[in-house]
Amino acid sequence: MMELSAISEILNTAAKRSAIQQEWLRQLAQAGSGAGTISKDDLAKQTDEFLELLGAALRSGSTDVDAPPFKPLREFLEDISRSRAQLQGFSSTETAIFIFSFKQPLFEQLRALHRADADGLTKDVWAATRLVDSLGMHTVKTFQLTREAIIRRQQEEMLELSTPVVKLWEGILALPMVGTLDSARAQVVMESLLNRIVETGSQIAILDITGVPTVDTLVAQHLLKTVTALRLMGAECIISGVRPQIAQTIVHLGVDLQGVTTKSNLADALALALKRAGYTVSH
Amino acid sequence: MDVVQAPLRSPNDIVLARQLVRRAAQEAGLSLVDQTKIVTAASELARNTVVYGLGGEMTVQLLQEETRKGVRLSFVDQGPGIADLELALTDGWTSGNGLGMGLSGARRLVNEFEIHSRVGEGTRVTITRWK
Amino acid sequence: MAEHIPILRIGEHLLVSIQVDLHDQMALQLQDDLTAAIQRHSAHGVLIDISALEVVDSFIGRMISDISGMGRILGARTVVVGMRPAVAITLVELGLSLPGVETALTIERGMAQLRAEEP
Repeated sequence: MMELSAISEILNTAAKRSAIQQEWLRQLAQAGSGAGTISKDDLAKQTDEFLELLGAALRSGSTDVDAPPFKPLREFLEDISRSRAQLQGFSSTETAIFIFSFKQPLFEQLRALHRADADGLTKDVWAATRLVDSLGMHTVKTFQLTREAIIRRQQEEMLELSTPVVKLWEGILALPMVGTLDSARAQVVMESLLNRIVETGSQIAILDITGVPTVDTLVAQHLLKTVTALRLMGAECIISGVRPQIAQTIVHLGVDLQGVTTKSNLADALALALKRAGYTVSH
Repeated sequence: MDVVQAPLRSPNDIVLARQLVRRAAQEAGLSLVDQTKIVTAASELARNTVVYGLGGEMTVQLLQEETRKGVRLSFVDQGPGIADLELALTDGWTSGNGLGMGLSGARRLVNEFEIHSRVGEGTRVTITRWK
Repeated sequence: MAEHIPILRIGEHLLVSIQVDLHDQMALQLQDDLTAAIQRHSAHGVLIDISALEVVDSFIGRMISDISGMGRILGARTVVVGMRPAVAITLVELGLSLPGVETALTIERGMAQLRAEEP
């Protein structure tokens, strides 16, 4: 439990609050925060809103930064933290600087308030430190989470871009199902193939499993799902790269590939696809 | 929108339920496929509630955790309840009315699936899809 | 409340384009209307265009299967056209593969398919 009434009084007195803001902005300029990425105007607006929201929260009498009265302030901090995380020039240090630069100006006001009362000053400085620190931690945490989310999203986008759906011919797509068929990637790749079918109006999809070392239940199930989805959409499917051992495995697993033609290599599969698509292959 | 409730009394309510869930899924930023999955799951469960649960309601909740967003749906009825839950959740089982298909299928479409049911008291199914 | 989904006649074939999120009642009505139309026109084929459907649940899936089955008894083939990728993926996950139902990517292809195997 923190005793924040003195701080509340300071923030809710116009003159004192204004003084804090001036000093805070001066500190931020000195720390070189933003290095031109955030305009002076925006910084002024942000410090203004921070003081407004903090003042309002403290006016409610609450002293717990996780409680509802502090929600608007927390959300504001999350917003500016997120926007800084997304801008190029910002590290988590600078985001923290925004908050922690607020301490000095606040302490000065507390000093002015307490004059000779050392005890009172110590108590309030301690309370102020804890308040600002917890707000600062919250901001840094959001910054890091946003950064992680950005990295994750970039990874996903890369996965989608690197998806290996190949247009072999007009109306014929091929999907080399290489190496790792881990569930998440497999899903993305399947979606990508289906979307490309629609985008290109392709009639036939060749699923090439030449590069898949072993066909186990998981792989077989994924294959079956892809085959079924293609069929439901109205596209045809040919599986290439089926070696005898794989054919055996598929039969043993009891997987019914629903009459899908299989070929041992891609070239044969392509020849068949061309025939089905109505092309004649002449030598 | 944080928590929204919708009645499930007549078959028409099923369509409304789908639209409600679609909006929530979009707000949570789910991918198109994931949106489709949860809307379809909702359709299955909503129909169960209307037809077998003799009417009930659906609750839609937008979830916002630190690192992820999601949608949580609850389907509650005070109907006859399900006598053998394990059986009802088995793939391809039907009670003669197709009840089984809805549950086991819906379960595969979501990340979290919880069901409580008591004969004579009713059923509650809660499903969650995360972004 | 049951509105009727329009059924177009193109030669010996019927075309139904589902544009709206189907109420259960509308789906059942469509089933009735289609089977009646197949009989009335001695249709050889039915094209069901679902390219506008964002959701196909087990009820609609069953409807499609039933239309296909009933159509076959009445001497008509059914081709379901334009299923969206997200819908296809979801149906597969649901465990519905609509066995015995013919499919095509577009209405044009579906029509060609229906005509191709005719005597």
